[in-house]
Amino acid sequence: MKIEEKLALNKFDIDREIHITLEEEKCRGCDWKPCLYACPAECYVLRENHVTFSYEGCLECGSCRISCPQGAIRWVYPRGGFGICYQYG
Amino acid sequence: MEKFDAIVVGAGPAGSAVAYTMAKAGLKVLVFERGKYPGAKNMWGGAFFGPLMYELFPNFWKEAPVERYINRHVISFLTKEDSLSLDFKTTRFSSPPYNGFITLRAKFDRWLARKVEEAGALVATSLEVDDLLLQGNTIKGVKVGKEEFPADVVVVAEGANSLLALKAGLRKEFSPQDMKQGVKEVIRLPRETIEARFNLQGEEGVSMEFVGSCTRGLPGGGFLYTNRDSLSLGVVVQLEALLKHQIKASDLIEDFKNHPTIREWIRGGEVMEYSAHLIPASGLKMMPRLFTDGMLVTGDAAALVLGTGFILEGANLAMASGIAAGETVIHAREKGDFSQATLQHYENLLKERFVLKDLHTFSEAPEFLENKRIYQAYPQWACEVAWKIFHNDGNPRPKTYQVMKKSMQGKLSFWDLLSDAWKARKAI
Repeated sequence: MKIEEKLALNKFDIDREIHITLEEEKCRGCDWKPCLYACPAECYVLRENHVTFSYEGCLECGSCRISCPQGAIRWVYPRGGFGICYQYG
Repeated sequence: MEKFDAIVVGAGPAGSAVAYTMAKAGLKVLVFERGKYPGAKNMWGGAFFGPLMYELFPNFWKEAPVERYINRHVISFLTKEDSLSLDFKTTRFSSPPYNGFITLRAKFDRWLARKVEEAGALVATSLEVDDLLLQGNTIKGVKVGKEEFPADVVVVAEGANSLLALKAGLRKEFSPQDMKQGVKEVIRLPRETIEARFNLQGEEGVSMEFVGSCTRGLPGGGFLYTNRDSLSLGVVVQLEALLKHQIKASDLIEDFKNHPTIREWIRGGEVMEYSAHLIPASGLKMMPRLFTDGMLVTGDAAALVLGTGFILEGANLAMASGIAAGETVIHAREKGDFSQATLQHYENLLKERFVLKDLHTFSEAPEFLENKRIYQAYPQWACEVAWKIFHNDGNPRPKTYQVMKKSMQGKLSFWDLLSDAWKARKAI
């Protein structure tokens, strides 16, 4: 089962305010790019040597926040009531 | 804004336990929860152990949204082809008050928060606490957006990421080595199918844990719990190991589901939800300071998680810490002093109870559990021995000891066995 199919099963209330920001300057200097493996929702993907991300499928685990060795990821909680809304948990 | 006796941040097991304890004693309590409802942001494997629920709610079993009680534990070694299990079932876990329960957080946390409201506390959902109100170094309340909410004391119960404890300077940044990442799927199956497949009667439930190929040999394991009409299945892995080996937990859970043994258990099931969470896993090593002037830290935010290799428990420690924090605030209010000197009482209570006692007893367990042989060599060895014992290839049979010795070749030395046994004796 693909990750997109799984995330499509979850209930999200997506905020128009983005709760993750990536400092491209810092990100570019990193060869390791652990963010690609840190995110269980595969929100971070590599496109032409560039990390791009989508915040919409974020499960709010916070793994990326502590995994970036460059400190390029700024991750905060989405605003109250927005983001993932588990039905089972 | 009117002043509250206490503000609690987060309505999970820790937050609800502290709010309930304080509200019962007549304190004016306000709980902030950033989810649309308590539980909206939370997930766990699915099992809660111990008598703590009864301490707060004597009728717990009758009224809580429990999926099943646990009277069977299965621990399995997995390799790509094999599984070798220890299957423990007992009637001693089969009657109230029971030893453990399987529940789903979205239902469970909501129930818990309802009890908190019934006790007289205010639970405000869809509100994220952005910052702390400070007067010098003393915490005097919280900020939600532009609005300020003053209180005598703030209890942080916001879970593993605990950004407020970080802001208050009570902890340093956690590292990927300190954290385990859990991913889980809830898979729906008809109740009759689950009961037939897992040999369950009525409300009986089984907790299954797996070690070996389900994490591709990385520190961690797989789990499967039977809910009423669904299964909770997932993988827990040390975050640092995922990053180092460039493996995604989302791939591991797919591998796990495709294991020949697991595949049969979930056959025909429909995935309902995919969730993920961090678990503080370094015990005392990562524990923040538990209190400061005007603030207490509880549950996952305080890294109060106990892993011994056989169990990984957080929710009961969270609730115990919540009760202790609640009692501390009640005590502080009687004294009219919310400084560190008085709030230190919290740490003393945790030391008296099992919370810090267990974390001290098992303080070496986190390091011990990083030993790769537990997840690679031992599962492979055990399965190889079982295979050789049962395999009949028409040749003369060696004795069991010879089978065991030969199966160690290239995987394990006698020295490994001795040193691991010695370390195990000390750590777990």
